[in-house]
Amino acid sequence: MTLIVSELCVDHGAIRAVDHVSLRIEQGQLAAVIGANGAGKTTLLRALSGLTPARSGSATWKGHDLLHSKPEKLVRFGVSHVSEGKSVIPELSVEENLNLGALWRRNAKESEQTRNKIFETFPRLEERAGQLADTLSGGERQMLAIGRALMAKPELLLLDEPSLGLAPLVIAQIFQSIRDLTTQMGLTVVLVEQNALGALEIADVGIVLNLGRIAATDRAQSLIENPQVRAAYLGY
Amino acid sequence: MFTFIDTLLIGLTSGAVYSLMAIALVLVWRSTRVVNFAQAGQALLSTYIGYECMGRFHSFWIALALAMILGAGVSALIEMLFMRTLFKRNTGPIAGVAPIIATLGLLGIIRGGIGIFMGGKETIIRPPLSNVGFTISGHTFALSPFKLVILSAVLIMMILLSLIFTKTNIGLALRASAYAPEIARLAGVKVDAIRTLGWAIAGAAGAAAGMLQTPNGTGALSPDSLEFSLLLVFGFIAAVIGGLESLVGAVIGGLLLGLVLAIVLMYVNATLLFMTAFVLLIVVLLVRPQGIMGKKAGRRA
Repeated sequence: MTLIVSELCVDHGAIRAVDHVSLRIEQGQLAAVIGANGAGKTTLLRALSGLTPARSGSATWKGHDLLHSKPEKLVRFGVSHVSEGKSVIPELSVEENLNLGALWRRNAKESEQTRNKIFETFPRLEERAGQLADTLSGGERQMLAIGRALMAKPELLLLDEPSLGLAPLVIAQIFQSIRDLTTQMGLTVVLVEQNALGALEIADVGIVLNLGRIAATDRAQSLIENPQVRAAYLGY
Repeated sequence: MFTFIDTLLIGLTSGAVYSLMAIALVLVWRSTRVVNFAQAGQALLSTYIGYECMGRFHSFWIALALAMILGAGVSALIEMLFMRTLFKRNTGPIAGVAPIIATLGLLGIIRGGIGIFMGGKETIIRPPLSNVGFTISGHTFALSPFKLVILSAVLIMMILLSLIFTKTNIGLALRASAYAPEIARLAGVKVDAIRTLGWAIAGAAGAAAGMLQTPNGTGALSPDSLEFSLLLVFGFIAAVIGGLESLVGAVIGGLLLGLVLAIVLMYVNATLLFMTAFVLLIVVLLVRPQGIMGKKAGRRA
């Protein structure tokens, strides 16, 4: 139940976006992947969920080959990906967005139980269950996107920039929920974030990407205290 | 007064058939973002299948059902074998246009193929019910039992499809795949299979349009019959007027087009038929570019 990535390379046209990345994330860990714009964070995540084809290398989880499986298949293996930019469908209602995440399970009763648990974590979603996702605020959309991913009862959760475009107070709330969910549900989480400090504060381990390569990897707390990382990514 | 009522009735029935065709085009557009010009060719093929079935089973209704089922199958095959490969192979600037040109080509191939195999034969589909209007207090109205069937068939199909789309899991998957294929995929929806399903339903709707259109017109079926040109052009215009995204829009677009055309036919001049349709299209596009039921252009997920 360990996520093992080895010598992963992903190309974006002529540019190598992810360059020989190797990492190991243990079960139940929350790993924050931080780095500047264009460091290859999103591409790394997209390769892990089968959205972007990899050039070479390997990535396995629970014995499943992540690089050569379609995303719809990976969901069935317990891998859920929340893509960048509040991945909800605005034309569908909040409830429909959630139900979508559990359609493949074909078990209405179980889905309802999962949905109720998600409503406990994010009560705002229950209040707005019948509304179109289009009417939600940015923070609520992010909650919905995470909620949709949780409907699949994942074991490995890939989160791409959940803080993007949100107000500081809302970011703090979302990060706290991610931390709580990881612990409560025993999830393994890969959290890609521009907001480096916020992500490292809730993470167990941190991975710093620079121009597609791993620049540093350590316990999250150690990275926060690392003067070089502080200067380059945390801004103080 | 009677003339006017009759005009409206004729407009509604012919419009109902355009609606069916428009529904087919909307379903394909929603599932793969392709305007399927081959839809009329598929409808033609399905109607020939229906014709053959009539010869064998001597029932219009069985033939209609079989034409719809086989039409759905043909449409699904076209999506799986033809369109899917096309989407995979084409990238760059041509990718947006290639599938549409390909459907035009397919239309030609289907018409030509049918011409080769069925061309010389006289093929007539007669209405299963009387197409002579009901007579009330001396006046024979333009509403016949068969036209009533057409109107109800379209209404039933629209209600059925709306229910499938809004109330069932398959419908949720169909909508999600149309609006945001990547998110649907991440949520575990097998988007490829759902697309094929969208094409299949469209094939069935187009087959129904062909099977109802032919006997409601002259009944003569040929690869280059006027009836199918009408289906192709007016079905497309109805779909665009309706906003290309909405089933309800397709039905409203079809009925509106049917009514306007019937009024022009009756009160102005038959030669203006096609021109009127295009004028209506342009007016709608100018006044309400998103179509009658289309949403204002905005963020697209």
